[in-house]
Amino acid sequence: MTGMDLDIPHLLDSVAAATTNELQARGIRSPILVGIHTGGAWVAEALHERLQARPPVGTLEVAFHRDDHATSGLKAAVQSSEVPVSLEDRPVLLVDDVIHTGRTIRAALNALFDYGRPGQVLLAVLADRNGRELPIQPDVAGTRLTLPEGQRLKLRGPDPLRFTLEGNRS
Amino acid sequence: MSVQLDPQGQLRHLISTEGLPRELLTRILDTAESFSGVLGKSVKKVPLLRGRTIVNLFFEPSTRTRTTFELAAQRLSADVLNIDVATSSTSKGENLLDMLRNLEAMQCDAFVVRHADSGAAEFIARNVAPGVSVINAGDGRHAHPTQALLDAFTIRRHKGPLEPLTIAIVGDILHSRVARSQIHALLGLGAGEVRVIAPRTLLPRAIEHLGVQVYEDMDAGLEGADVVMMLRLQHERMQGALLPSEGEFFSRYGLTEQRLEGSHPEAIVMHPGPVNRGVELDPRVADGPRSVILRQVTNGIAVRMAVMSIVLGGQGEAPTEPLEEVAN
Repeated sequence: MTGMDLDIPHLLDSVAAATTNELQARGIRSPILVGIHTGGAWVAEALHERLQARPPVGTLEVAFHRDDHATSGLKAAVQSSEVPVSLEDRPVLLVDDVIHTGRTIRAALNALFDYGRPGQVLLAVLADRNGRELPIQPDVAGTRLTLPEGQRLKLRGPDPLRFTLEGNRS
Repeated sequence: MSVQLDPQGQLRHLISTEGLPRELLTRILDTAESFSGVLGKSVKKVPLLRGRTIVNLFFEPSTRTRTTFELAAQRLSADVLNIDVATSSTSKGENLLDMLRNLEAMQCDAFVVRHADSGAAEFIARNVAPGVSVINAGDGRHAHPTQALLDAFTIRRHKGPLEPLTIAIVGDILHSRVARSQIHALLGLGAGEVRVIAPRTLLPRAIEHLGVQVYEDMDAGLEGADVVMMLRLQHERMQGALLPSEGEFFSRYGLTEQRLEGSHPEAIVMHPGPVNRGVELDPRVADGPRSVILRQVTNGIAVRMAVMSIVLGGQGEAPTEPLEEVAN
């Protein structure tokens, strides 16, 4: 595994700025931030501070909505989803660390809708990398990267947050 | 290696809590914790086992246990088939195997088995097709692992980590598959002290060797206990003169408010149900503020969801990194 020279505070600043623009363009004042466990939840916390958003941060565990349970099983460290406010007709900013295949986001959207019908959902990620397998794109990305197919970009943390590159275990 | 774990140490069947590694026991409870959140939502269902089929194979009637397994499977979006089998029709082993082959031919993914004979669930686990999982829902006097896990889960939710706790199990230990599974689960999870309280006639020989403290005097056994787990007196399994009468049992081993005073002031009272009121438990204790008996029922669904989703999960990659370190 190698460290990635990506400056996280800088990425967070640029995601926050781009998110503010995107929210303004859409006329959204008070989005509910929902981070995907585990890395997305860290990023959502950091963004929440930078955006000075009022509603508390929600977190989503997507393990129960994934499409690879029959082949890969349930991961060992399953966390709990916490969505502290009603999403009904409200704007939601879904937050993750990395978008890769798009499958996690697909699972997250399904998990999110178990809590109600949001008015709209935006997606913000720290890093958008190649390898999409579904037609899902972020509205805001801190950086765009092209990485070799077998490599995985992982966010480690929570303090400090840093990216690492890992070879595929398979 | 037991039939429960595959060569990679993954749980393929759940037959008994005996010999399960601590990290696996903890993982089941942690996963159940996450499912508890699912059960609190407006949509109390996840698509995890969509397209999978779970068969409740009950050779011994138990509406309550079967119902919680059924609900757990439905909350996971699995299809559920309930089969109640009169024991007489499968008294020959070949009939049972024939039935299994037929059910497997219908592409079932898991059997939840309740049987009056000890060892029945393991026998079935050893004879099912590869890829089919077996979950023991109680076999004879042997084991009732999901009950023990939901009890451990309930204790952890109310009292926190098990290491500092003193837990007393009271009643008919001899005939109780629940007690046996509780002892293995609690000790496996690192419980501080596990006591069994019963008359000699209702204690298995050499029970001390499991690592429990034995008390015949209830007041002595309850002293300072953080958790009091009552067992159901098994009328149907009582043969011969093991007990003078139910009245005498209650006077020596029934849990009353007065007796409970000797335990820790914040002790919780548990019972696997159904309660024989006035035999094991004074109704005022059963319905009192210390009782978590109905919580046990609720927790049973989340714990059974956890077990089903773990045994039916694919092999996957072994999780190697600690939780705080990696986002995935």
